[in-house]
Amino acid sequence: MAPSSQPAAVAIRDLHKRFGPLEVLKGVSLSAAEGEVISILGASGSGKSTMLRCINMLEVPDEGEVIIGGETIALARDRKGRMCPADRAQVDRIRSKVAMVFQSFNLWSHMTVIENVVEAPVHVQKRPKAEAVAEAEALLAKVGIADKRDHYPSHLSGGQQQRAAIARALAMHPQVMLFDEPTSALDPELVGEVLRVMRALAEEGRTMLVVTHEMGFARDVSSRVVFLHQGVVEEEGPPAQVFGAAKSERFRQFISSGR
Amino acid sequence: MDLAFMAETFVKLLEGVPLTLKLAFSSVALGAVFAMLLALMRMSGVGPLDWCARAYVFVFRGTPLLVQVFLIYYGLGQFRPTLQELGVWWFFREPYWCALTALTLNTAAYASEIIRGGLQAVPHGQVEAARACGMSRATLFRRIVFPIAVRQALPGYGNEVVLMVKATSLASIITMMEVTGIAHKLISQTFRAVEIFICAGAIYLILNFLVTRAIMALEWWLSPHLRGAPEPRARLEPAHV
Repeated sequence: MAPSSQPAAVAIRDLHKRFGPLEVLKGVSLSAAEGEVISILGASGSGKSTMLRCINMLEVPDEGEVIIGGETIALARDRKGRMCPADRAQVDRIRSKVAMVFQSFNLWSHMTVIENVVEAPVHVQKRPKAEAVAEAEALLAKVGIADKRDHYPSHLSGGQQQRAAIARALAMHPQVMLFDEPTSALDPELVGEVLRVMRALAEEGRTMLVVTHEMGFARDVSSRVVFLHQGVVEEEGPPAQVFGAAKSERFRQFISSGR
Repeated sequence: MDLAFMAETFVKLLEGVPLTLKLAFSSVALGAVFAMLLALMRMSGVGPLDWCARAYVFVFRGTPLLVQVFLIYYGLGQFRPTLQELGVWWFFREPYWCALTALTLNTAAYASEIIRGGLQAVPHGQVEAARACGMSRATLFRRIVFPIAVRQALPGYGNEVVLMVKATSLASIITMMEVTGIAHKLISQTFRAVEIFICAGAIYLILNFLVTRAIMALEWWLSPHLRGAPEPRARLEPAHV
């Protein structure tokens, strides 16, 4: 849990989310202190991606609060009674501090790798282009694809695309990074290169929330593991404790099922 | 066939090419702006705007262009006093402006559907990635959605430009002396319809060959991501800015 002296990097409180008749999140709370790496595990349909997407308002929760760096995202109801962000500018501002890496990379197909990385710093954060380009080149070197600078995403392997997407996320100087199953769309032999980059980021002390099926990553890299089951947090704790002596029978089944 | 006559005819018909091109490109350019507006209305999610755009497309796509030309040129003439009061008679009095209006309104209806298709085909994930890094709606449209949509709409739009080049021939019916208009005049003087229309057809063929080449070049230029990966090359220039 976050030390009381400073606000948690991310906190969500009693999050509920329904898609039609299906209640995906049934009151989830979670808080990540600065520098924490939280792995979020769960079977498909358990609500883990939805929870992550509520943090940057790609999904708007029906109930509950999302607090980023001490700032609560203001929500309101639209004319049809659905929840929506009360202040779009606030959401845009918070999103620029919370970077997201997607399962399917979602690089912009009409831009080269370097243009992808430079796009948001220049056009959202309004930083000088020369500075953004220099930094982007350093980030591409860091994730090991400096030589792909002028390639288009369609010219890269999945692993290279995902590393480019991570560089794009880092270019925003995010306070929090959200990873939504970053290795699930990759061929098995490409998973390692992406996990290595993520491990390096964790070692730098970045705050990361990672929805994943990679048990090795959850066990070795994360500071805390959260297991979601049918929209509620079923098990939570440091990996040693959770993987060693889980209280939840379902979690024991989940990890023994070989996921 | 009289080749000397055909060569002579060809040269005479070429005099109509500037007007043909002027009508085609002005109507395509103006129509594109109008079409963009219509496509945004369709996708606005605002009921009345969507409904108006649908009705517009329904009417202008569902009726012949020739009928639209007649309605604007002859039909509006019946309302001359009203149009004079409104101060727009000088515009509708001129066959050129009437032809341009009809062509523009017509192409806008077709092009709006092409643009709407392009906008809808923008991959959702790429839009989401842009939203996730805090792009405002305007920036998202300008930097991500529009450039991707243009690339997707271009082949269909090229088709529309070709159709418009050919559609300008209808302007001859309301006295415009573009390629077909001149052809009609020459036929009434010589009664040699075959040679003259073959020449006119050849001119349209050449124009559209150039138009399709230009659009192919534009497509090629806009889609390096669909071609092969760049060759690895030694980068000799200093740090690129």
